[in-house]
Amino acid sequence: MKRRELIFAILVILAVWQAAAMLIRQPILPSPLVVILVFFQELVNGSMIPHVLASLWRVLISTLLAIATAAPLGLILGQSQRFNSLFSPVIYILYPIPKVVFVPIILLLFGIGDFPKIVIIFIILFFQILVLVRDQAAAIRPELIQSVRSLGAGRRALFRFVYIPASVPAILTALRQSVGTAVAVLYIAELFATQKGLGYYIYYNGSTLFDYASMYAGIIALSLMGLILYFSVDWLERRLCPWQFVH
Amino acid sequence: MIRFSSITYTYPNGLSIFKEFSWHVERGEAWAVLGPSGCGKTTLLYLLAGLRFPSCGQVLIDGSPLIRPRPETGLILQDYGLLPWASVRQNAELGLRLRSFYGPDGKHVPQDFQTGADVLSWLDRLGLSDFQGKYPSQISGGQRQRTAIARTLALNPDLLLMDEPFSSLDAPTRESLQMLTQELWAENQLTLVIVTHAIEEAAILGHKILLLNQPPNTSTRVIENPGSFQPDFRYTSAYTALCRELHLQMESEK
Repeated sequence: MKRRELIFAILVILAVWQAAAMLIRQPILPSPLVVILVFFQELVNGSMIPHVLASLWRVLISTLLAIATAAPLGLILGQSQRFNSLFSPVIYILYPIPKVVFVPIILLLFGIGDFPKIVIIFIILFFQILVLVRDQAAAIRPELIQSVRSLGAGRRALFRFVYIPASVPAILTALRQSVGTAVAVLYIAELFATQKGLGYYIYYNGSTLFDYASMYAGIIALSLMGLILYFSVDWLERRLCPWQFVH
Repeated sequence: MIRFSSITYTYPNGLSIFKEFSWHVERGEAWAVLGPSGCGKTTLLYLLAGLRFPSCGQVLIDGSPLIRPRPETGLILQDYGLLPWASVRQNAELGLRLRSFYGPDGKHVPQDFQTGADVLSWLDRLGLSDFQGKYPSQISGGQRQRTAIARTLALNPDLLLMDEPFSSLDAPTRESLQMLTQELWAENQLTLVIVTHAIEEAAILGHKILLLNQPPNTSTRVIENPGSFQPDFRYTSAYTALCRELHLQMESEK
């Protein structure tokens, strides 16, 4: 996505929003100008910052945990047919389940605090990374493995020089695919048993205080967070996988 | 140097490829292994590389049975086997990096291995200096195969195995790489075993040509080819006669 296209898209959304606000003329849809003003006010006076930080922390820590667990597991499954045939039925059964259905169960099991929220995002990212890394590792051509083995590589070196570098693009693709879902589920997870986080902030301002401008400011913050995470993945991909961008 | 002593190799599907097959290669020889698809050429090379093992009999190199890939053996495949995420130079350095990774353990790396081998001079020798920062997807098939050759030769092997190394390249590139192989064989006192389905390639590169048949292969049929490696051999009548002979031999097996 080019910067110019992004700015154009934002302007279109703001224009449609403004038009809708002028048409509806209800407090439930304030003008984007008002919302943007409130957004900056909330940032400057600091009342939104703890919520942003709480949400960001939950997304980042669950992402790191998901990479740390799913990537090695995906690598093992991808290069061992025996393990893969043993575990892939389990993965195929669990993979398509929308993980958001587990939110109430996980909240019941793990109670209040950050942990259940981290767990739910972790689960979403975990399966995505697991499946993509597994497929990537399984797709490495046997000729590549044989020729690296012929240079003297044993299993340890194959992991270090072939499997791990090959899995980096798969991890980043998985993150790009699931960052949107993760942020959406974060909202749901933060509706329950917490007073910190953008999900709580949006819900509290909208449903309890009827402060719709602040509610939309929270929505903007959540979308910006998703967008920044998405662009961070893009940036990482260009840094870590430059070979994918050459012609 | 190489001895196949009465080996038997059977595919997992039960097809027997080699049955009590024996073969002998002296150090410094250049062999071409020729045969139709499915005759077991590649299997023979993988057995030599220590990537497959016979169910009976032994593959001996310098008198020792081969039980794992031997660090002094270089293998070049048709598929190049380059890491797509590494530049030409990083690919060429891969073997050396693996050697530093393990250290001279005698298993993955020869015990007398000394660091300090020079990849850059190999890149230069193979005409790759200008492409060292490029990725494999950015260079031609011939340059990729040169990169694979640089990677292998930087490890200073004594045995070079090649599996259809030039078959996916266009004719002029193929010819120039065949000439390069001849030069490198002579310069580095290599023992060379090249597997090919192309009669012409076997005639150019094999001092001795091993003909494989439809499996199972039980006996060795060797055609001596002392004329190969002479300059312009491919334009002589001896070359034409040899190609005809090889053609007839392969036809008679069908």
